[in-house]
Amino acid sequence: MTDTVVSLEYLGGKLVQNTAVKITDITKAFGANNVLSGINLELNSGQVTVLMGANGAGKSTLVKVLCGVHRANSGTIRLYGEAFSPTTPSEAIRAGVVTVHQSINDGVIPDLDIASNLMLDHLAKPGGGFFLNKRKNHAEARKVAAAMALDVDVTQLVSELGLADRQLVAIARAMAHKPKLLILDEPTSSLSAIEAKRLFELLDHLRKSGVAILYISHRMSDIRRIADRIVSMRDGKISGVFEDSPLDYESAVNAMLGYSMTDVDIAIPEAGEPVMQLNDISLRPESQPFSLDLHSNEVVAITGLVGSGKTELAAVLFGLSEPCSGQMKLLGKTYRPCSQRQAIEAGVFLCPKDRANNAVVQGFDITKNITLPFLKRHATFSFLNSRSEHATAQRTIPNLGIVCQSDTDDIGSLSGGNQQKVMIGRWLAEKSNFLLLDEPFQGVDIKARRDIGHKIRETAVGRATLVLVAEMDEALEIADRILVMFDHTVIGDHRNQDIDLKLVLAQVAGQQSEQTGSTEYAI
Amino acid sequence: MQSDTEKVTHSGPGTRFKPKLLPMDLAIKYGFLVLLLGLVIFFSLVAEGFAGPYSAVFIFQSVAITGILALGVTATLVVDGFDLSIGSVATTSLMLSSYVLVVWEMNAFVAVVACLAMGAIVGFINGLLIVKMRVPDLLATLGMMFLLIGLQRIPTQGRSIATGMILPDGRVTEGVFSKAFLALGRHRFDFFIENLIPVSVIVLLVIGFLVWGFMELTRHGRLMYAIGSNERAASLAGASVNKYKILAYMISGVLASVGGILLAARLGRGDIASGNNLLLDSVAAALIGFAVLGAAKPNAFGTIIGALFIGILLQGLTMMNAPYYTQDFVKGAVLVVALVFTFALSRRGGVH
Repeated sequence: MTDTVVSLEYLGGKLVQNTAVKITDITKAFGANNVLSGINLELNSGQVTVLMGANGAGKSTLVKVLCGVHRANSGTIRLYGEAFSPTTPSEAIRAGVVTVHQSINDGVIPDLDIASNLMLDHLAKPGGGFFLNKRKNHAEARKVAAAMALDVDVTQLVSELGLADRQLVAIARAMAHKPKLLILDEPTSSLSAIEAKRLFELLDHLRKSGVAILYISHRMSDIRRIADRIVSMRDGKISGVFEDSPLDYESAVNAMLGYSMTDVDIAIPEAGEPVMQLNDISLRPESQPFSLDLHSNEVVAITGLVGSGKTELAAVLFGLSEPCSGQMKLLGKTYRPCSQRQAIEAGVFLCPKDRANNAVVQGFDITKNITLPFLKRHATFSFLNSRSEHATAQRTIPNLGIVCQSDTDDIGSLSGGNQQKVMIGRWLAEKSNFLLLDEPFQGVDIKARRDIGHKIRETAVGRATLVLVAEMDEALEIADRILVMFDHTVIGDHRNQDIDLKLVLAQVAGQQSEQTGSTEYAI
Repeated sequence: MQSDTEKVTHSGPGTRFKPKLLPMDLAIKYGFLVLLLGLVIFFSLVAEGFAGPYSAVFIFQSVAITGILALGVTATLVVDGFDLSIGSVATTSLMLSSYVLVVWEMNAFVAVVACLAMGAIVGFINGLLIVKMRVPDLLATLGMMFLLIGLQRIPTQGRSIATGMILPDGRVTEGVFSKAFLALGRHRFDFFIENLIPVSVIVLLVIGFLVWGFMELTRHGRLMYAIGSNERAASLAGASVNKYKILAYMISGVLASVGGILLAARLGRGDIASGNNLLLDSVAAALIGFAVLGAAKPNAFGTIIGALFIGILLQGLTMMNAPYYTQDFVKGAVLVVALVFTFALSRRGGVH
């Protein structure tokens, strides 16, 4: 750890941008599948390099090579001139390459307190002494937390924290290593705007201190805020490097996709009969009750910050919990599901967020993953009819443009975006009265996002569709009508045509009055 | 046998560096069956009298009860649970059937029904403890194991049950194991040779077929596998997770009681010391089953092959005059090799 400090010190106060990491001709293949074919890349100290790429472009593999999870088949990596070829993640960390992974629970240990989490790597260091000095540990941890502007009680258990706080603890833990290269893999995917802002301030600070930062993200708003330089990847190769300011975001997206995306034009259809009617629903005892009609044929997006009540609303609609007060009506009849089964039988489908935990069944192939909720439809006297199952899967695969060898591919062999398409296909395979999609674009690239959005709109006739999204871009891309939630109630309802973005954003931030001027939550 | 294991373990690292995964896939898929075949050939050549119908029947008979219990373990493994109480359910069933026949002097039918009901109730309680009381599966079934081991000894003050024994109240028992009941353990069907196939083997095959069909062909089995892989996803897809988990433990309990009935019928007395090895043997069989045909998941076919594997190995070693105390060691070694097959070799490429 001490040599890091030295190398940073002789950079002095000025921003010398020398090469921190030099990657030469890295290749990596899994079986016959070339995932990285000759990557050449330099990362400079004191610079945030954003790595963009569609799902399956090889971003995660490159990161895994850098952080010691995979070994490259050929090629070299140099870290400040020294050869660097880690065989284990801990070796990479000791050499000064620290990674914050996308999945939050990889970065923290829920059953330990925050202090222990922050100091964990010091505790795990060989020769660190046998006994644990709790007071010193806490004091050290408080210092780390303070440096991160992390306002928490370090004796609190991580399991008691929300997702966003856990993420910040994971990042703070990475920072305790004083890294030379910090890799962040979609760090904002579960952060609210305020927390993301804190993260960016921290990254600004780190950039000044001379750390090289590799930042992987799909979110344009993050990229605009933080990038000094954009590197686009496609099919295992670097397809473009953009470093002249102002950065050319469009070309970067272009280089990543190989063709340019046009903006989505929303043609708002005639709304049909009301399908789902909410009457004076309150999600929490103290929250403001709200009423809502969702009509057939229409796609409605609800946007709002993390913790604004979107997830609670989804839970109420799908029978996972009961509202504190108010009634729901489905097609004119009282709707009060007590279980997921009942909701599904009433034609109310939920495609949940966080597919890895809530949706994907590992070890099942594509077909089995698609037919899971509707096995009754594919069975006579409980015995499954595999022909009928495969027919459904073979309809779904081209329908959603799932890239795979066949419908018997293991779900784990697909890229994230294709897995998400399978999960969407699962709920589009049967006709529903009311389809609820919670963050359907989480962790998918822009092409998969457009495919999914297009498919949701195309099939929307005859049902009411509700999409819960945190990102405004996604709401604008998919919805006829955009609702804004704040503090567990609906505070805005906008038709997605010549929409007043400023007002929507102000509502997202909880400012009800219209004259608030510019807001810091700009996209 | 030694040479066979080496062949297989060598083919592992040898193929790993080649870009082609084909030989590796073959090794994973058929390695264990080849090993089984090699074992049979090896013992046939070395141990005199191993290759014969009666030796085969003896193996099947020794495998049958373990296999039936192992199928129960498989059912709980499918929902990502574990049942440590099966061994004690089997011995409780052994004691209960003896008690019903000898002390209460009732007929075979009552004895069998009482045992099956006991197994179902124990499984139901296990399920409730795990699902409703949120006790971790290993701990709940461990508690149940101790409870049953104690419970089965209380009525007879810790003594074995046989005709003519003196009960705690001074009465002498007069009931006998009825012919019909003993037939479950001792009757043999003709199959080319007279008196060849024991009832227990037929029971194993029938139960194995039923469990396989239930797990692979029905939507209930599919949902149970889904629960075992991702409980939350299964629940959000509308599966009644709790019901299926309780069902799995009830299957396990009932199958364990079937094993106990067959054991009682074979022994002809309520032997308090029998069935000590049942738990470990059946768990080993179910876990070895993971490696068969590269399934890498609990499955009925693999479980039966796993039980057969252990049976053949032990019979062969016995016929080669290997001392009895080496048996557990050999079983343990086989289990470790099988687990390596399952976890180390078939878990490649999954992370991209």
